[in-house]
Parts: sequence; structure tokens; C-alpha cells
Amino acid sequence: MTPLSVATRTAVRKPSALPGFLPTFAFTIFYLSAIVLIPLAALAIRPWSLGLDGFIKAVTTPRVLAALELSFGAAAIAAIINTVFGLIVAWVLVRYRFPFKRLIDALVDLPFALPTAVAGIALATLYSQKGWVGAPLSELGLKIAYTPLGVVVALTFIGLPFVVRTLQPVLSDLGLEAEEAAATLGATRFQTFRRVVLPALVPALLTGAALAFARAVGEYGSVIFIAGNLPMVSEIAPLLIVIKLEQFDYAGAAAVGLVMLSASFLILLMLNALQAFVLARR
Amino acid sequence: MSLVVESIAKKFDRFAALNGVSFTVPKGAFLALLGPSGSGKTTLLRILGGLEFADMGRVQFESEEWLALPARERRAGFVFQHYALFRHMTVAKNIAFGLEVRARARRPPRAEIARRVDELLSLVQLDGLGKRYPSQLSGGQRQRVALARALAIEPRMLLLDEPFGALDAKVRKDLRVWLRKLHDAMGITTVFVTHDQEEALQVADLVAVMNQGRIEQIATPEQLRAAPATPFVAEFLAESLPRPMAPAANVVNLR
Amino acid sequence: MFQPRNAIEDPRIVRVGAVAIAALFVALNLVLPLVVVFSEALSSGVHAALAALKNPDAWSAIRLTLIVAAIAVPSNMIFGLAASWAITKFDFWGKSFLLTLIDIPFSVSPVVSGLIYVLMFGMQGWLGPWLRAHDIRIIFALPGIVLATMFVTFPFVARELIPLMSDQGRDEEEAAVSLGASGLAIFWRVTLPNIRWGLLYGVLLCNARAMGEFGAVSVVSGHIRGLTNTMPLHVEVLYNDFQYVGAFAVASLLALLALITLLVKSFLEWRYADEIAATHRH
Repeated sequence: MTPLSVATRTAVRKPSALPGFLPTFAFTIFYLSAIVLIPLAALAIRPWSLGLDGFIKAVTTPRVLAALELSFGAAAIAAIINTVFGLIVAWVLVRYRFPFKRLIDALVDLPFALPTAVAGIALATLYSQKGWVGAPLSELGLKIAYTPLGVVVALTFIGLPFVVRTLQPVLSDLGLEAEEAAATLGATRFQTFRRVVLPALVPALLTGAALAFARAVGEYGSVIFIAGNLPMVSEIAPLLIVIKLEQFDYAGAAAVGLVMLSASFLILLMLNALQAFVLARR
Repeated sequence: MSLVVESIAKKFDRFAALNGVSFTVPKGAFLALLGPSGSGKTTLLRILGGLEFADMGRVQFESEEWLALPARERRAGFVFQHYALFRHMTVAKNIAFGLEVRARARRPPRAEIARRVDELLSLVQLDGLGKRYPSQLSGGQRQRVALARALAIEPRMLLLDEPFGALDAKVRKDLRVWLRKLHDAMGITTVFVTHDQEEALQVADLVAVMNQGRIEQIATPEQLRAAPATPFVAEFLAESLPRPMAPAANVVNLR
Repeated sequence: MFQPRNAIEDPRIVRVGAVAIAALFVALNLVLPLVVVFSEALSSGVHAALAALKNPDAWSAIRLTLIVAAIAVPSNMIFGLAASWAITKFDFWGKSFLLTLIDIPFSVSPVVSGLIYVLMFGMQGWLGPWLRAHDIRIIFALPGIVLATMFVTFPFVARELIPLMSDQGRDEEEAAVSLGASGLAIFWRVTLPNIRWGLLYGVLLCNARAMGEFGAVSVVSGHIRGLTNTMPLHVEVLYNDFQYVGAFAVASLLALLALITLLVKSFLEWRYADEIAATHRH
């Protein structure tokens, strides 16, 4: 062991009494590289075979833009819906006692556990013109299946747990003392909620909404059955990628995929920055 | 015009936290509720503050049926052991809170609120720290903010739940003295919960020694030392420090 | 029901209203789709449903799903154990980067997850020509499906174990070292018993996702009936063929798997709450 190797070892890793670092670390890196990094590199590189111009052209055709608009737009709407209702569900689960509470709590995880294809055909059937929900709605003139509205419904389904599960621990950690203090200072429940509770929940709300949004943007299985998949109208971006692959337009598919991937990363980065900003003020 | 507590009882499931507590205290007095954990002192305090509901009994304050009022309307300033400051608000906003949530009719104009906040900041010796956040203050400073916040609503009664419990010995001593001076200057009826007999005996006019949901004895610190009414009181106080140097300083002439 | 407990209880009408809204939202959004799956499967009677399941294509789909899970889940479990050992028992530079890498599949669309492997191993992929020359099929064959499934599910075990093990600290392992135990002995006798419920929990989630994955597998599988269709893909094939009873029958199996997963998950959370995770996050 030369002095240099000792010095580098302590700079990069603190020596530890426990064994097994090298094998586990090496295996971890190998696994990650083989399964994640190298394939992702393929995604990052392939679009550039079109050249910068080609790349921009490939992702700005009207069809691609419409698909991106639908995927991002519907995801945003679904995220907002889930934020509102997710807050209500989380509040009710943390603060109140009522029959079947355990059941509802367990059900919130359903979208995590249920395969997306199963959810997809179920939602498509439910909201079709002859479906249990679709039929009464079509009497009122509202068509959901095979329209962009259907996409929003499907994305709402899969996004709910992200909001609720992010809010629950924060709500229960909040404790009741601050609200008691507000009561002794003369605030009504509504004032307490608006001024004391809600601001404290903002970071968690944003996190949950962003997670739901990021997941919804890329969602495929739950959506393609209910969506209609008409180009320019109800075609989601992931479907477009699949179609391009079937046409052997690898570079085009990769281009759209890269755009979606970058958007997700951007969202996560902004989210981290936002959280850091909010936390710094505490 | 005093605080009259009659036969207050409270159970949590099977556990009897309070077993029939009665006492009378003159307006403006500084009462300490002293006892070991589980004696019911915090429960009693929270009942006085409206944060808990008694199963039985009655409280009258300034001739009002105290328990019929919801917490919001009592104007009983409450200071929590762990401060319960609003983390996401500045110190100034915390203190202003009780004024800002008042109904429009009774709410002072903004300039007035700001003035009062500054006044209170001076009173608790935290001038200039209005724009800080609670996380940027020390424990002792946070407790003073909590106190200022409770004082901002011009409370009729001040309730403190082991307010110095989370602070170190030196800070506790200083704050204790300072709190007493504040009380003497403002004359608010104050109820102070503690398990520390030195603290209770040094700062209060009247001390109620509690044990297992009952008051064993309620008297001035002098009387307690001189004539403990029950073995429990004698034992509990035996662990107290030697007599203060000027016994008379702790006796306040009550009307 | 709805007993007042303290001074900061919300007014009764707010409580009842909020619970009603939450319950309705959950019922509409989560319960109804689940019910539809079973009701459609049984719409022509139990025999028709069972017959659909005995169909040879359905059988190969079930077998394929099981095989894929049998490969993907254990290898991801090993990865999870190795990664959490390396990350929680040692200090080294780059830890948070590693953690971010592990989280990647959660921010990537399933379609993109499949896309990257097509870009690597597909006919026009990086290794395409070489693979063709050696008559090795990865895309449109089992290996591709396994890889895509591994990508999508590898974080589950690691994300479960890392907070748990870091919460448990290193003291016990260090004591074992001082008593002369070897690395494997320490892991087997000291660490594993402490993490077994968390490990089970992670494996459960990993398995549910592995069996239910749709988007990623859809891209790499080629949809060759009887050969490269997993259960979720088979559901799609049947549904697009208007064979609704068959589609929902297979979907019911998957839904049953989801419900069992939720059940065991709830049980583990209830019984072994502090042996599962430091905090609840999904």
C-alpha cells in the first residue's frame, strides 16, 4: 500500500471497519451501468443522428406538437384535480375517524398495485357510451371515452396516490399544537386552516402534484384504451413513440423520447430547487 | 372578581386525570400548579384554556361561566411547552396573528397592529428580530416570542404549560425572574404549570400542589414550607432547595 | 361516529362533507374500475371466464409472465441488497448521485423504458447488426422483455431498504466484526433478520410491478401471440379483438394479484410498521 493509494482512499471514502464495500459497490455500479446508464446513453445520442436541424424538425411537426400538448396538458389538469381531492382525502384520513377508514386508506394504493393495462380497459369500459358512468353522462351530452377528456380521467386515476401519500406523513407530523395556539388566539377553524395549516403544507402539495404530473406525462397503459388515439386530437406522446418505432423511425422515436425525458428531469430539478427554497425559510 | 374552580373532573378512557379539583384564586394572582407528571396539572390548564373539556364541574372567571365559552372567545393566552410557533411565519407575523384574525369590526388598522408588535418585541426584549423566522432563534428567544404572541391579544388570563421546561438552567432562572416582573407590571391572572418546586416556590403567589388528579394543598409558598398539609406535600417539597434569602420577597399582599 | 375530541375539531358539517367527498371520489375513481373488471369477466357466466383462461394463448401468457418475474425479481432483490449495503454501511463521495440514479425509472415513461432497449438491441440499434450476425434475439424475445421489466422494477427493493437500513445504523454490524464474524456471516446473521420485513415489502411491490408492467414490455415484445405476450399484453390483444370476456378474465387474475399485494402490504404496514421504513414514502 503506497502512501498515495492510502491518501486517495481516505479522500474518496472513509475507511470502515465493516467488510464488503468493494464487491457490493462494484456490483451496484455494474448493474446500474448495464441496465440504466448505457441504454439511456443510447437515448441521449440517437436523436443527434438526424443532426440538430433534423432533430428540431422531428419534434416540431404538428402531429408531435399536438401529442406533446395533449400529454402535458392532460397531465397538468389531472395533477390539479388530484391536488384538490388528494388534500381532502389525506386530511380526512389523518384527522378524522369514521367507518371504513382503513379500507379507504388501503384503496388509495390501488393505482400503484394495479397493472396499467387492467386499469386501462376498466376505465375505457366504464366511461364508454354504454358504460356505468359513460351512459348517464352521454345522456347529458358529455362524451368521455375516446376524447381528450378520457385521457384526463385516466391520468387522474393513476395520480391520486402520489398526492395523498406525500401529504399524509406531513399532515400527521404537523401536530396539533400550532392549531391549538391559533384557537387560543381567536382564529376560527377556517382561518386556522388557511393561515396556519395550508402554508405548512405547500411544499408537500407541490411535491405530490409534481410527482403525479411527472408520472402522468409518460403514462401509457391506462390511457391508450380510453384515449381514442386519433392523431392531432387524442393521441398521446408515448403512443407516438410506439408508432414511430413500428415504422422503424428509431431516430424520430428517440427524439420524442428525449424531449419527454428532459421535461421530466426539468420538472424534478425545479421541484428540488423549490423545496430547497421553501425549506431554507424555516 | 376571581377565578373560581368547582369540582372539575376529567377522565381519559378509564384513566381519571382530574378527580374533583376546586379552588379559588383572586384576580391578578400568580398561581402555580405544581406536581409530578400524571398529577393532572396540564389537563387542568388545558381545561382552563378551552383545549380540553371537563366531564364535570364548573369554572367562573370574572363572574362568567368560563367553560361555556369556546377557546376562541376566552382571550386566555396560552403558552405551550414547545412554543407552538408558526414555523412559516416571521416573528412579527406570529405576534400579530391574534390581532389579524379578528373580525373586521374589532380588528385594529395595520399601522396599529405593527405598532403593537413593536411594543411587544421591546417588552420581551427582542427588538429588531421581527423579520426573523423561529428556526433562526434560540430556545429562550422562541419562548419569549410565544409569550409576546399570547400577550398581543390582551388576555384576561395567562396560561403557561411548563414554558421553561425545554430550556437550560441558567436561561430558566433568568426567564423566571423576568416573567414575574412582567406579571407584576401587567397584573394579569396567571396560571403556571411546572414540576419544578424551586421554580413554583420562587415565582408564584399561590402554589397548588397536585397529585393524582387532586389538589393536596393550595397556599402561599411560605405557608407550604412552614406547614405542609399532607405527607405527599412534605415529601415533594423536601427535595426543594434551601430557603430563599429574603423570605418576605416571595409573599405578595393579596387583596 | 364523529365524536368531538378537542377544541380544534372542525364543525360537524365540514367533517361530514369532507368525508363524503373523499369517499365519493375514491369510490368513483378507484373502486368502480376495480368492480368493472370482475363484473365484465363474469358477464357471460363463470364458465366463459374460466374457458378464456384455459385458452392456450392465455396459458403461455401466464407462463411468460411468471418466468419474467422469476428472473427479474430475484436479480433486482440482489441488486437492492448490494446497493443498500454499499450505501448505508459506508461513507463515500457520490452517494447522492447514486441515489438519484436509482430513482431514474420512476421519472421515465414506461414507453421510453422500452425504447432505450430497442435503441440498443433492436434491428437498427447499436448492437443490432452484431446480434443478427450471431443469431441472438433480444428484442421481440424473452431477454428483451426481462431487461425492460428489470429496468422498470429495480428501484423498489433498494428504495425500501436504504432508509430502513440507514435508520438502523451500523452498531450491530460493527459489534459483529469485533466478535470476529466474516462479511457474509454478518449479513446473514445480523443484518438480514433486521430487514426481513422491509425486504419482503420491497419484493412484494417489485413483483406486483413486474407482473403488471405493460408499456415497457409492449415496446420490446413484438406482440407475437403465444410467444412474447405477457399477461398484460394478452389483455390488450384480446381487448382489441373485441374478445371482452377473455380480456377481462385475464385482467381479473391480474387484479386479484393487485388486491393480494395490497392486502399483504397493509398487513405488513400494520404489524411491522417500524421494521419496514423510517418514514412512509412511495
